Amino acid sequence: MLTLECPYCGVMADETELSPGYEAHLKRYGPGSSDEEFEAYMFARKNPKGVHFERWRHAYGCGKWFLAARDTATLEVFGTYPAQSSAPPQDLQDKIKAKRPDWKGYK
Amino acid sequence: MKRYSAFAIAREALSNHMGWERAWAAPQPKAAYDAIIIGAGGHGLATAYYLGKNFGITNVAILEKGWLGGGNTGRNTTIIRSNYLQDSSAAIYEKARSLYETLSQDLNYNAMFSPRGVMMLAQTHHEVRGYQRTAHANALQGVVTEFISPQRVKELCPILNIDGPRYPVLGALWQARGGTGRHDAVAWGYARACSAMGMDIIQNCEVKGITSANGVVTGVETTKGYIGTKKIGIVVAGHSGQVADMAGFRLPVEAVALQALVSEPIKPCMDVVVMANTVHGYMSQSDKGEMVIGGGTDGFNNFTQRGSFHHIEETLRALIETFPIISRLKMLRQWGGIVDMTGDRSPIISKTPVGNCFINCGWGTGGFKAIPGSGWAMAELMAKGEPGPLAAEFDMWRFKEGRFIDESVAAGVAH
Repeated sequence: MLTLECPYCGVMADETELSPGYEAHLKRYGPGSSDEEFEAYMFARKNPKGVHFERWRHAYGCGKWFLAARDTATLEVFGTYPAQSSAPPQDLQDKIKAKRPDWKGYK
Repeated sequence: MKRYSAFAIAREALSNHMGWERAWAAPQPKAAYDAIIIGAGGHGLATAYYLGKNFGITNVAILEKGWLGGGNTGRNTTIIRSNYLQDSSAAIYEKARSLYETLSQDLNYNAMFSPRGVMMLAQTHHEVRGYQRTAHANALQGVVTEFISPQRVKELCPILNIDGPRYPVLGALWQARGGTGRHDAVAWGYARACSAMGMDIIQNCEVKGITSANGVVTGVETTKGYIGTKKIGIVVAGHSGQVADMAGFRLPVEAVALQALVSEPIKPCMDVVVMANTVHGYMSQSDKGEMVIGGGTDGFNNFTQRGSFHHIEETLRALIETFPIISRLKMLRQWGGIVDMTGDRSPIISKTPVGNCFINCGWGTGGFKAIPGSGWAMAELMAKGEPGPLAAEFDMWRFKEGRFIDESVAAGVAH
């Protein structure tokens, strides 16, 4: 079972306490965007086998959305950080790079 | 290929069964082929088979990273049905179901198709209306289904508790010609037939890159070296996104784990397939006597072929409520497969932004039942370069244009 630390209330939350929200840091497109941009926002996903950044909600806890870095091939959790982040924190990226030298980096 | 028959068994018995030949060859790759199929699961092998049978294209290699049929083809709950709401879905799944009826004769390999009947329980008034609508749609599509009463449900499956405390059974969508098949035998039968046509099935051969020139594919880099080709069909289910990335395009697909489990074997107690979507559980009994149970998907990207334990608990809780008889059964084995989920939960059989590169993916949680129809449609697409009527609406550009094949809200699927 996945265990993620909620960056807001500090609880180590089991998967059953959380709601998954899939890929994080999507660029939001709306009226005025091209069809390609809107399709990419709605449907195109990185779906990596390896390091992935995703959204989670502490649904049966404090209720807050937060973001997590996780390896989809091993289920290892690298860390969590607040939802008000436009990119993963640098120290978290450094930590992932140290553990996964082959990782091509964020974006 | 020596044909299998009762006579062959008698003949081999006289020579102590020493004369049986390998079901399929284990060749090394040639320098080039007319077409390469990436992925030797059910869909990939069926694609190759119908390329040969329907279009006479037999200079084909089927490349497999692991072993033949070792992915989702060997991990599903073997349910075959075609009671879908949307016309394009019903057409391809009914094509598949009708091909399953004669698959054993066609392949000269016992795929053990058992048209024992599939019932999908309606346990809310919304589901009653939904399944009645599906039954009417199926009548127009030429798919034989009917909406049956709770009493008929009880007659067909006496171990089912139709008076459950939370969700009593209000009726069911019944497809008498649906059923189950032997999943491994489907892969093995297609593999044997492909090998007999002279195709090369190359196992333990992982594709590491796809090469192209002027926007048209030229070959694949593999762990067994470079192989040239004129056409590529990507049929790799859970890893579709990774292989598409090698070819240089993105897919509207996310990979998640779907689980299944089987109980200890018991005496025959149910001879139909039951799906209970409101409480989320489905069950049938294998010929060995095991109760075959399908679980749920996790809500996060996962490539580990194992799912979360709490889904097993939820599934069994639902099934014990539906079938109180199984409450003391021990579960023997549990496993997971990586399924590729698209934005509208319908598959993709499509040309791609790369020339002569075709993709068949996105079958999500319901691919086994579609194998013959999927292979039939994919072979037509690869042979002609344009989709036939079965595949036409399953192209990957429907997400941009908003032409969704919206089965996930149409009560046609369990996830």
